[in-house]
Amino acid sequence: MTNHWIDLQHADCILIMGSNAAENHPISFKWVLRAKDKGAKIINVDPRFTRTSSQADVYAALRSGTDIAFLGGMIKYILDNNKYFSDYVLNYTNAACIVDEKFNFNEGLFSGYDPATRKYDKSSWVIKKDAKGLPEKDPTFKNPRCVLQMLKKHYSRYTIEKVSEITGTPVDDLKTVYELYSATGVADKAGTIMYALGWTQHTVGSQNIRTMCMIQLLLGNIGICGGGVNALRGEPNVQGSTDHAILTHILPGYLKAPAASQPTLQAYLDKAFVKSADPQSANWWQNYPKYITSLLKSWFGDKAVKDNDFGYRWLPKADDGYDSTLLSMVDRMYEGKVKGFFVIGQNPACSLPNAGKVREAMTHLDWLVHANIFDNETASFWKGPGLDPKKVKTEVFLLPAAASMEKEGSMTNSGRWAQWKYKAYTPPGDVLSVGDMIYRLMANIKKLYSSEKGAFPDPILNLSWDYADAKGMFDPVKVAKAINGYFLEDVTIADKTYKKGECVLSFALLQADGKTSSGNWLYAGSFAQDGTNLMARRKKDDPTGLGLYPQWAWCWPVNRRVLYNRASVDVNGKPYNPKRALLAWVDGKWVGDVPDGPWPPMADKEKGKYPFIMKPDGISSLFGPGMAEGPFPEHYEPLEGPLARNLMSAQLNNPAIKLFTKDCDKFSGCDPRFPFVCTTYTSTEHWCTGAITRWQSWLTEAQPEAYVEISHELAEAKGIKNGDRVKVESIRGSVKCVAMVTTRFRPFKIGDQMIHQVGMTFNYGWLFPKDCGDSANLLTPTVGDANTMTPEYKAFMVNVAKEV
Amino acid sequence: MSEGKSILVDTSRCTACRGCQVACKQWNQLPGTQTKNWGSYQNPADLSAQTWKLVRFAEGKKDNGKPYWYFFSDQCRHCIEPPCKATAGYEEAISQDAQTGAVIYSAKTSELNAKEIVDSCPYNIPRQDEKTKALFKCTMCLDRISNGQIPACVKSCPTGAMVFGDREEILEKAQKRVEQLKKTYPKAQAIDADTVRVIYIVTDDPSKYHQYAAS
Repeated sequence: MTNHWIDLQHADCILIMGSNAAENHPISFKWVLRAKDKGAKIINVDPRFTRTSSQADVYAALRSGTDIAFLGGMIKYILDNNKYFSDYVLNYTNAACIVDEKFNFNEGLFSGYDPATRKYDKSSWVIKKDAKGLPEKDPTFKNPRCVLQMLKKHYSRYTIEKVSEITGTPVDDLKTVYELYSATGVADKAGTIMYALGWTQHTVGSQNIRTMCMIQLLLGNIGICGGGVNALRGEPNVQGSTDHAILTHILPGYLKAPAASQPTLQAYLDKAFVKSADPQSANWWQNYPKYITSLLKSWFGDKAVKDNDFGYRWLPKADDGYDSTLLSMVDRMYEGKVKGFFVIGQNPACSLPNAGKVREAMTHLDWLVHANIFDNETASFWKGPGLDPKKVKTEVFLLPAAASMEKEGSMTNSGRWAQWKYKAYTPPGDVLSVGDMIYRLMANIKKLYSSEKGAFPDPILNLSWDYADAKGMFDPVKVAKAINGYFLEDVTIADKTYKKGECVLSFALLQADGKTSSGNWLYAGSFAQDGTNLMARRKKDDPTGLGLYPQWAWCWPVNRRVLYNRASVDVNGKPYNPKRALLAWVDGKWVGDVPDGPWPPMADKEKGKYPFIMKPDGISSLFGPGMAEGPFPEHYEPLEGPLARNLMSAQLNNPAIKLFTKDCDKFSGCDPRFPFVCTTYTSTEHWCTGAITRWQSWLTEAQPEAYVEISHELAEAKGIKNGDRVKVESIRGSVKCVAMVTTRFRPFKIGDQMIHQVGMTFNYGWLFPKDCGDSANLLTPTVGDANTMTPEYKAFMVNVAKEV
Repeated sequence: MSEGKSILVDTSRCTACRGCQVACKQWNQLPGTQTKNWGSYQNPADLSAQTWKLVRFAEGKKDNGKPYWYFFSDQCRHCIEPPCKATAGYEEAISQDAQTGAVIYSAKTSELNAKEIVDSCPYNIPRQDEKTKALFKCTMCLDRISNGQIPACVKSCPTGAMVFGDREEILEKAQKRVEQLKKTYPKAQAIDADTVRVIYIVTDDPSKYHQYAAS
């Protein structure tokens, strides 16, 4: 979230799209309904009418996988009807910048595409620079090559009729949504978006979100109270796990994972960030060297010195272009190239797409270590359906793990608030926290390397591993302090001296010379200088009256509650909306939230800075080279869809996605055997694959077994009655479950065809309760988003038939 | 008695998260029963001696062809003049708490004619335990209230759809909310507000929510 949960109450219009917030983030509706009480309009766009839809003022249905068409139509509507917030668009986005002449777009492909590698050469996706290296601009927006005009041209094809033909959303519903939402493109209105996995889990997932970011920029909704782009994270600490680099392409704090072509720290830094020639751009990433050096100091301590690149050479480096994401990992496991597998708090035998492939792949392992609070389909995969335990060679270890309430630590919520929690209960028996498991594992690996050496022992022997308390148990406070960081020597900054051993109280104080450590620069400041844990704060003071609660827990970065908040004021620092002023420049200083940097507003040509401090040019990118498949989002059909051709262009699918080619990776686009669009989701009653919740009898009582939701129209056509047992089948597998015949799914009119859509939860598995039905992911395809490899769980093709 | 306590169930704020249904089981130590999916989110399918609070789901199409999905978090209404109590005529089995007005069933309900009691209830609430023959239903969490706590279902509600308080205050809240809702939903009403303590606000015909929503 750029904003935070409590801030939702300030919106004038809330678009809930790509999320089923009422069911999957029930507490969010406390704030959504407060906004509604104050007159806000709630819009819900979803293929299925859900518990969220039941609370919406406006519900619009769309076919799964067509969000970019829907939102592209909104961009066209905003531009055609001059609904954009012109002051914001002119000053805070690159709308006025001139696009390079070599850039073009034709029939679904941007300039630079190489069909052999399925990748783009992005060298033409750039803004022209003048002799001084500054972006060329036309503030009148008349130049046909300026971003605003290029945007207009790109989305000119997204007419409301064309969008309706693709999405299946009635024209009137599109108009209503576009009108309501774009009414927030004025100074005193705020519109916000609540999205989740309904947007990310597509082959165009990242571009779904980018399209909405562009809408928010056009309407001046980013950086303001009641606005922003708000990802609802699915697990209480998933924001924290991302911050601390659970993904393969990053190090903690979203620093880049080093590549094999970057053997030295300098080579790494050369690729790490872009320099800016504009003195008014803060270009915050220019501080990158301080953050990576402090991270290396945190990991390698005294062993990290300037002469050895602070230990940079000890970091593992993947070959350039090597993909370590889950889908590719399973693919290599399937080939037998992976020997051992640690699974901690996950259930990939049910949660990953094409679960049949995953289960088969695990039989090729020598060993599997599984840490969880209960047994699940992954730990017991070797006795699962269709497998003979005698023929599975994999040795499986199940480590009983402490549950969240049985351990102390921080949890970072979607709004980036890191909240400290205490242990409520001592775990039973020999149960350990995952922290203890990892601490002991690495301590023992270090011992082994020290006694037996082995290949390349330096990274392991030089690793600092001082995370235990006096009793030898994992100490979460020690870890959290290491993440915050320390002054490693006495350091004087701006006439103030910080003592060796004190906690670093802001990332602004981190140094590139090895005098500071920080395990994650974003969390520098989560402890006070004297070591007080600010994440444990519980004060309810609310000086702005906007519910920022600056002394409740601690929020990254530097306790800033709304990101990009300098875009909530005009170039002179005057709030666009004085009634909900996050910030104001008063008598030479900022008042309100922690500002996005201390400098004066940008009208001060000497000292002032632009508001989007993480962007090289200081302004946000309506056009830019960041994405794999193009600088403007474009509608492509899901890899498996009901149409033989894309109604928008000659390019059917996202041209930049990776295609998997194992024998079990079968796909069925526009195939009469699998005529129905299917999507998957979770329910309020279960969490993810149900690996925890299926053991809870009050929850299995409420949602006992697998079901598929289908429309009355489809049920009639297939002779299915409500409550009948049915088989749902894709080209990869089948699942037996109960048919729930409902008015909440309706057929879509797509072009001149009637397309049916069905939906299933992925909450079940074969292990427990008995006969509750197996995983919906036996049906889903192995394919991911072109940027993130997030699987396309949300749109694929199936058949549904009555079980005989 | 017409004072005492009341619960407001504003269905226009309900998202059917079923926190109330589960919280009721948790506080009252009621077991999760064996259920099957019968083509509905509503599960268990009905109230029982083990299920005293049940979120009912009702769906259909509005006049404009768009779907509706109504949620009704069903429970004992704790009537001001409870017909079940009158029918029983046996204070040791069915009584009314003097402070709150909660209608309380004891183990001695096993001595009553169960069918007669159930039939007397305009809201079809009491359920008999097959083994003990006693009747069961919501207690208003009298054991919590008498210890300064609000009912478990109300405590669990994330959206403020359920509110507990003095009856006068709840009646006033209900009236204000209905006035506000009527601007958008002309059929909005507080069901049987004068005769029950658990007052449901609905925005459409009560029978669209549940057969026994209104008396």
